[in-house]
Amino acid sequence: MTRMRYAEALNRALHEEMARDERVCVIGEDVGIYGGVFKVTKGLRERFGDLRVRDTPISEQAMTGLAIGAAMVGRRPVLEIMYIDFLTLCLDQLVNQASIVHYIWAGQASLPFVLRTQGGAGAGAAAQHSKSLDALVAHVPGLKVVAPATPADASGLLVAAIRDPNPVVFLEHKLLYNTTGEVPEGDHVVPIGQAHVAREGTDITIVASSKMTLDALAAAETLAAEGIDAEVVDLRTLRPLDRETIARSVRKTNRALVVNEGWTTGGFGAELSAVIMEDAFDWLDGPVRRLGTADRPIPYSLPLEQAAVPDAAAITRAARLTLAG
Amino acid sequence: MRNAPSAEDIARMYRQMLVVRAVEEQLAVLHRQGKTRGPIHTCIGQEAAGIGATAPLEREDVVTSTHRGHAHFVGKGLDLRRVLAEIFGRVTGYCRGRGGHMLVASAADGLLGGNGIVGGGIPIALGQAFGFQLDGSRRVAVAIFGDGAAQEGTCHEAMNVAGLWKLPMVFFCEHNLYGLTVHARYQSSVPDLHVRAAGYGMPGVMVDGNDLLAVHGAMRDALDRARRGDGPTFVEAKTYRMTGFSTSDMGGYQPEEEMREWAARDPIARTRALLATMLDESSLEAVERAAAEEVEAAFAQAMADPFPDAAELDAPEYAVAEARP
Ligand SMILES: Cc1ncc(C[n+]2csc(CCOP(=O)(O)OP(=O)(O)O)c2C)c(N)n1
Ligand SMILES: [Mg+2]
Repeated sequence: MTRMRYAEALNRALHEEMARDERVCVIGEDVGIYGGVFKVTKGLRERFGDLRVRDTPISEQAMTGLAIGAAMVGRRPVLEIMYIDFLTLCLDQLVNQASIVHYIWAGQASLPFVLRTQGGAGAGAAAQHSKSLDALVAHVPGLKVVAPATPADASGLLVAAIRDPNPVVFLEHKLLYNTTGEVPEGDHVVPIGQAHVAREGTDITIVASSKMTLDALAAAETLAAEGIDAEVVDLRTLRPLDRETIARSVRKTNRALVVNEGWTTGGFGAELSAVIMEDAFDWLDGPVRRLGTADRPIPYSLPLEQAAVPDAAAITRAARLTLAG
Repeated sequence: MRNAPSAEDIARMYRQMLVVRAVEEQLAVLHRQGKTRGPIHTCIGQEAAGIGATAPLEREDVVTSTHRGHAHFVGKGLDLRRVLAEIFGRVTGYCRGRGGHMLVASAADGLLGGNGIVGGGIPIALGQAFGFQLDGSRRVAVAIFGDGAAQEGTCHEAMNVAGLWKLPMVFFCEHNLYGLTVHARYQSSVPDLHVRAAGYGMPGVMVDGNDLLAVHGAMRDALDRARRGDGPTFVEAKTYRMTGFSTSDMGGYQPEEEMREWAARDPIARTRALLATMLDESSLEAVERAAAEEVEAAFAQAMADPFPDAAELDAPEYAVAEARP
């Protein structure tokens, strides 16, 4: 185990995979000479050269297509899209092109590429640099979507994503880059599609992902002081969703709160809520509650931003209400 | 003339053009009889462009096509019976009937693939060319698209990157004067699109798209240039579709005089006249008979082929192993 920051864990995974497999290449805005605006691609260009590590023009549509085409002919591109807010520019290529190839072509080609991006509020980056658009991509068959919360999962899932023969949208969070944690040595792979119980408890299940997992864990400590024993399920992968781990937990605790940093209406929490109804309705002692970001463009001013986006305190309050319901 | 095709080469391309014409005329008949599903886009009048662009390619070269791709499929050497089976939704089709006429793809033949999104294939070809550049191979990626698609952002972004990185790629624009029902004069800032190439650091050439040898020659030059490592070329083929936009076009926007003018430049009649200076009449008739027989047999077989079982809907969402052309 080595203690490192989330951004360093991602960086280490990229270094190791580029060294292990010469088909892996890294493309994106500012990823080369500068090493990425969040420093996740630091040192790659120096080590692997500017053929395999490319600074690109600010052309998100073309770069997403580029990743698809290169993957189609045998490369394993890792594309960095600087902010998830810019994913809207990639959507045609992701939704109408990448997602259909394996199934519609009846298995004639696979697309082993990773689209890394980061989202989330809390940095005062305002309405066009703070969103969480998980639901947008998790809606689409053929894409895989992962959203790690810890440095260990960030590195293990990135390795798994690079080795996966499908398009993987890899969601990072800007407030997680500087968080630290222990990361296993050696060939550390976290399988895509497996949630994990980040904290065991008996009274309520809180389902979360990415930064919301850390907030849910903090909320669980507050709740514990009140005598409420919360279980936190960290999804890690949003698509394909590990329904079993969610259902197993809810069947045990009989109460469920789902948390996702995206907008509430039509958000990923709605999906989680429906899945719990389908898989564990008979075990529920009250309605599933969901918590998401307020249904407004994310405002800039600190009190407004804080009011819009869930945090540990909001999760704590929502958990109490869930238990009262 | 350098690279001048032999009489046999021209006869082979003439036969391919005849196959495309006969297929599309028969599809129109079957459409009127209610025996086709969905819109079908024909390239009647554009066969010299579509065949001239694809016939000079090697098997390892790849093509991204459009919604109007029948000539590209034939020129790239796909099996006509399997193309037709795809159009009729049969399990023997290239995509087991999952794609339909706009989404035919044959990885083995480097046809990667048709596309129902205008301009959607251009950045994918860019990525294929990027992959070939990294491989150091002599393969070339050809993006075929219309004058309408040339107005999409994808086209401009991809031209910039291809010119910047000197990728082994050909932008082949089939300028048929219309994007759906709207004349190019209402869509394009310039009447001749190849002039835009200069702004993206690549040569642009314009050819009479109804002159098979002119198209073929321009394409050969562009391919040579790409294989030499000198980068992309933009080839603009001026042509005309002598029918409606698709089988569901209600017409009324193509002036009769324009239709008459272009009918006089029918690429099939022109290619026949050219061949008549090289072959005797009975050889020409033999080519024509062979084309007709090939088409008849392919229709008979494809329409007798089975549909996929509805249970095939559940085919896997994801690839489990890498598959590549
Ligand atoms: C992104 C997108 N916009 C619009 C359409 C609808 N549409 C299909 S074909 C077409 C015209 C395309 O014109 P062009 O590229 O010149 O091709 P042509 O049909 O003339 O061969 C349009 C508008 C579409 N399929 N995709
Ligand atoms: Mg057109």
